[in-house]
Amino acid sequence: MQLKEDVTPDDHSQGQEEAKVTLVEYGDYQCSDCGSAYPVVKRLQERFGESLRFTFRNFPFAQAHPMAESAAEAAEYAATKGKFWQMHDDLYEHQSELSVELLASLATKNELGAELLTEALVQQTFQKRVRKDFIGGARSGVNGTPTFFINGIRHDGEGDVETLAVAIEQFLWRTLANQSLRMPEMSGARLLRVAMVF
Amino acid sequence: MSQILPSGSPAPDFALHVTPDQTVSLSEFRGRPVILAFYPADWSPVCGDQMALYNEILPEFRKYGAELLGISVDGVWCHTAFAKDRKFHFPLLADFEPKGAVARLYGSYRQEGIAERALFVVDKDGMIRWSYCSPVGVNPGAVGILQALEELER
Repeated sequence: MQLKEDVTPDDHSQGQEEAKVTLVEYGDYQCSDCGSAYPVVKRLQERFGESLRFTFRNFPFAQAHPMAESAAEAAEYAATKGKFWQMHDDLYEHQSELSVELLASLATKNELGAELLTEALVQQTFQKRVRKDFIGGARSGVNGTPTFFINGIRHDGEGDVETLAVAIEQFLWRTLANQSLRMPEMSGARLLRVAMVF
Repeated sequence: MSQILPSGSPAPDFALHVTPDQTVSLSEFRGRPVILAFYPADWSPVCGDQMALYNEILPEFRKYGAELLGISVDGVWCHTAFAKDRKFHFPLLADFEPKGAVARLYGSYRQEGIAERALFVVDKDGMIRWSYCSPVGVNPGAVGILQALEELER
């Protein structure tokens, strides 16, 4: 399965556009498996550093998870104030306590204005934005959460650190191999040394 | 895996219970597309569940004027409890008596007594225009359905 929507500056991404590998997660803030994936992604980011760009897209199961949509809209609201990742991290770190009150208190904590957030939720200001992510995901073969795409290819293996790391490494190798083809002066030994960095 | 009815076949009509005293038949939907989603059983885990996914995508299906019908061999009370628990906004039909009769008509019945995870997109004239049978343990998602609905509009 191929990601139909390329990562753009409108997305929420950590890392550089030039990164060799882009990991996209379609996630739901109230899904426990996504809660488990949250520290996994952090570990991958530590491990791969600048080689990895991480993009998060909304895929709330709004009917099954009553707080998922509001949480996603709250993160989108935070994004308009440049604080998407603070809110994203706070939501996963307080996943078991998700409530309207929690969203308001996280808005206060991040100096986003609890009242403004509440108003945005009532008006469903960010519903369209969340739905856009969702539909793009559905058309790309997201069938549950979390679903990961690595350089645009759906990751169908397990979602633990090791399995994802191996998959990411394969894409890094591929990038390196392509680079060495373009740079004939890069010998096998040098390629091996570069590869060992990862 | 079963040999399901292919694209180009007429969709066999049926009437199945949706509540203890109410039935739904395929022919009622003539004039608009219908998605038939056969699935093995109610009560699979939410986050990776095919019916929960379709429930969320429902507004997109409806943009094409399409109706979604979920079908399994579970009985109406089981379906009712499942639909209520998961807040489903589409009908679940009970292919319960004779067990799996409609699944058999569509070539989507498994010998162990459950329906295949088989999908059919039926056009406004009652013809199957797309069908797909997924391995039973794999949620096929909605990509194929959405593409088939798009094709219908061309």
